[in-house]
This record gives sequence, C-alpha cells and structure tokens, in this order.
Amino acid sequence: MEILYENLLAFQWQDIVMILLGCLLIYMAIKKEMEPSLLLPMGLGTILVNIPGSTALTGPIEELYNAGIANELFPLLLFIGIGAMIDFGPLLSNPKLMLFGAAAQFGIFFTLSMASIFFPDAMDAASIAIIGAADGPTSIAVANALGSNYVGAITVAAYSYMALVPVIQPPVIKALTTKKERMIRMPYEQKAVSKTTRIMFPIIITVVASAIVPDATALIGFLMFGNLIRECGVLDSLSGTAQNVLANLITIFLGISVARNMVAAKFLRIDTLLIMGLGLVAFIVDTAGGVLFAKLINIFSKKKINPMIGAAGISAFPMSGRIVHKMGLAEDPQNHLLMHSIGVNVSGQIASVIAGGIILSMFGG
Amino acid sequence: MPDITIGQAGIYAILGYAIVFIGLIALMLVITLLGKLFTRKKEEKAPVPDAEVAAPAPVAAPGTAGQLKLYNVDPKTAAMLMAIVADKMGKPINELRFLSIKEVAE
Repeated sequence: MEILYENLLAFQWQDIVMILLGCLLIYMAIKKEMEPSLLLPMGLGTILVNIPGSTALTGPIEELYNAGIANELFPLLLFIGIGAMIDFGPLLSNPKLMLFGAAAQFGIFFTLSMASIFFPDAMDAASIAIIGAADGPTSIAVANALGSNYVGAITVAAYSYMALVPVIQPPVIKALTTKKERMIRMPYEQKAVSKTTRIMFPIIITVVASAIVPDATALIGFLMFGNLIRECGVLDSLSGTAQNVLANLITIFLGISVARNMVAAKFLRIDTLLIMGLGLVAFIVDTAGGVLFAKLINIFSKKKINPMIGAAGISAFPMSGRIVHKMGLAEDPQNHLLMHSIGVNVSGQIASVIAGGIILSMFGG
Repeated sequence: MPDITIGQAGIYAILGYAIVFIGLIALMLVITLLGKLFTRKKEEKAPVPDAEVAAPAPVAAPGTAGQLKLYNVDPKTAAMLMAIVADKMGKPINELRFLSIKEVAE
C-alpha cells in the first residue's frame, strides 16, 4: 500500500506552486492565445519536472536540453524558420528604417545598467538585459551561452512580454506622443525591389554583420539562411516547411526543454520577480527609445516621420508593426503606416540579433 | 567574469548601443548601395524607347461639356465617384460641379 502514497508525501509546497504555474502557462497559451506554441509545451514541461521523483527531468527533458539548448542549436534552427517568414521588402525599399531598429534596442542596454544593481554577476546582468531584444531565440541563445543561472525565468519573461506587446506598447507610445504627431501621414512610395537584390540581401547582411560582430555570426547567419530559402525562388516547398513545420517543431522542443530550468529550487526566488520586472522595463524602454529617436529625427527633418513607427523597432515581429499600424488608423482612418512599421519591425529583428552578438562579445569572451 | 558595477555596466551600455548603431548604419549603406547598383543595371538593360512618351492628356468626361477633367481615371469610375460624393453630401448630382478627378497613387 505504501507505494501508492509514498510519492504523494514527497510533494513540497514549492512543487505545488510550480505545477500551478505550469497550469497558468497552459491557460495563457490556450485561453489568452499568448505564444501558445511555446507556452503550452513549457507549461506541461514545468508540470513534468516538478513532480517529485520525475523521470522526465533526468531523462528526456535533460537529453533534449543538452541536445538543443545547451549547445544553442534549437534557437538557431528556429531562426531558419523566422528568416523564412520575414519579407524584407519594405526595408529594402527604404533602408533608412534600419536606424529605428537600432534605436529600439535601447532597452537592452538600459536594462543592463539596471540589472547590474540587483545582479552584480556580469553574466546574469547581461543575460537579463537581453530580454530587451524582444526576441525569444536570441534571449535563450545569449543567456545560455553566458551560462546564466536564470535561463528559465529569462525565457518566460521574454516570451510573456512578446505576447503582451499589444498591452505594453500602446500606453508608452501614447504617453510619449501628441495626437498631432500620431496623425502624421507617411505616404508609402512603392519601390520595385529586384529579385537579385532580395537574394543578395541575406548574403551581404550575413557577411557584413558577421564581420562587424563575429559573435552574432551564427544567429544572423541562420536567420538569413532562412530568408535566402524564401527569396531564392527555387525552394518554395522548403521555405513553407521552414516557416511552418520546422518552426513549430523546434518551438515545441524549445518550450519543453527550457522547462528543465523551471524546477522550484531554481525558479521560486525573489530573483525571478526581479527578472520579470526588469524584462518589463526593457520592453518599455525599447519602445520609448524608438519613439524618442523618431521625434529627434523630426527636429532636423523637413519630411516629418510619424514617431509611432519608432516603437516597431523592437523585434517582436510582426505584432509590433501591426500595433503601430492600428494606432495610426485609430487616430486617422486614412493613415496607413503598415509598410513603414513593418519595415522598422524587420530592421529591429536584425538589430536585436546584432545586439545579442554584441552582448556576447562583451561578456562571453 | 567578475562582478559588474552600475558604472561599468553604464559604460558597456553606451559602447554597446553605439556599436549597434554603427553596425546598422553600415548595413543601411550597404543595402542602399546594393539597391542602387541593381537598379542601375536594370535600367542599363532596359530597351531605350524610340521617342519620349508624352504624359497622357486629360480626357474630357462625357456629358460634362468638357468641364470635368479626368486624370488616369476611366469614365465609369468617375461616374461612380461622383455618385458616391453626391450620396454622402445628400445633394442631387446635377447640383454639384466637379472640376477634375485625379488618381493619387500611394
């Protein structure tokens, strides 16, 4: 008889809290549709690893973690799918949008300073700062490469806030802009982008970005590899597979294996709350950085820019671009900012990867 | 790596942010050059027209005694637009005067 209840008695309150947290992640994935492909497996994984005596933690989840996260393989493979999803056309039509992508990485570096107050270990501070990349795979890859003790909390924060971009960004944008500024119209001049340019783009970006930031080579290279598959025109089937099947499969494995770090002893700490708080700060400052940079450009430019597009520079693609577009339409139904905001959004994707590489160069060496 | 103070973190932050900008500006320049290069090549390849084509002259809409000028708008579309405007304004179409209708390309 003892065998039936022996393990039940081994439950600690911390295990119960973590199992409830796993249920919460599953609830958010299903009911609120917050990054369901990641939060659902992560939620179930959290439940699996917090059952006393669980064979999942020491068996398949540990194996998956070592096979795909410890060596950064899963985030990189996921980047192939993301690269295949992205149309860089709006950015190629207007390369100046790159600047807004750079500006919106301010949250990473601001959070680095703030995190150093609470987390004096340079690796942990840098890993927490990268939540501001607003890019799940980059956050996981960088935090793991730096050997942070908080990979689980950082992943939860990065993906949760990415899903909460529609809630976080609008109030920040509204607080920093006037109605008049939000109504600035930006007519879109459609410029033809040749197929050769589209094919050359991922190759050249890989070479130039890797030359500037060698630590970003793998991240940018896999992202651009996915884009090359998309644009080459002879691998449509592979492009579709990368965008859907590959990306979904890797996300499932990523979610369930990240749960390895969601054990009570590692997660139930004040530090986790601090990381969640700092992650939120990173997203807010990213948004503010982009908007304020656009306002700064407007001081010197005759052709005014709608400062809201600066907020799309965080790499949460494509939510951020769409939010700016919707906010523009809410102020003026004739103001279509989508092409500009998506251009800024994809430049944010490149900028966040470069920022991740810079963080690795600074602290990984 | 040893612990980091807020001052050191601030210096790293400024340097890092500056490098992100430098990197993105470099990429922006490369993309701009790339775009110009291939656009020029395309223009060089394109056949040269025999004579410069004149911009299309405005077409007079039927039934308007030549007063309404249409620029890149066909008469059917113009008629629909005028009907919509009249409807929205709540006035009979014969009490309104349209001078010109021009397609604005966005």
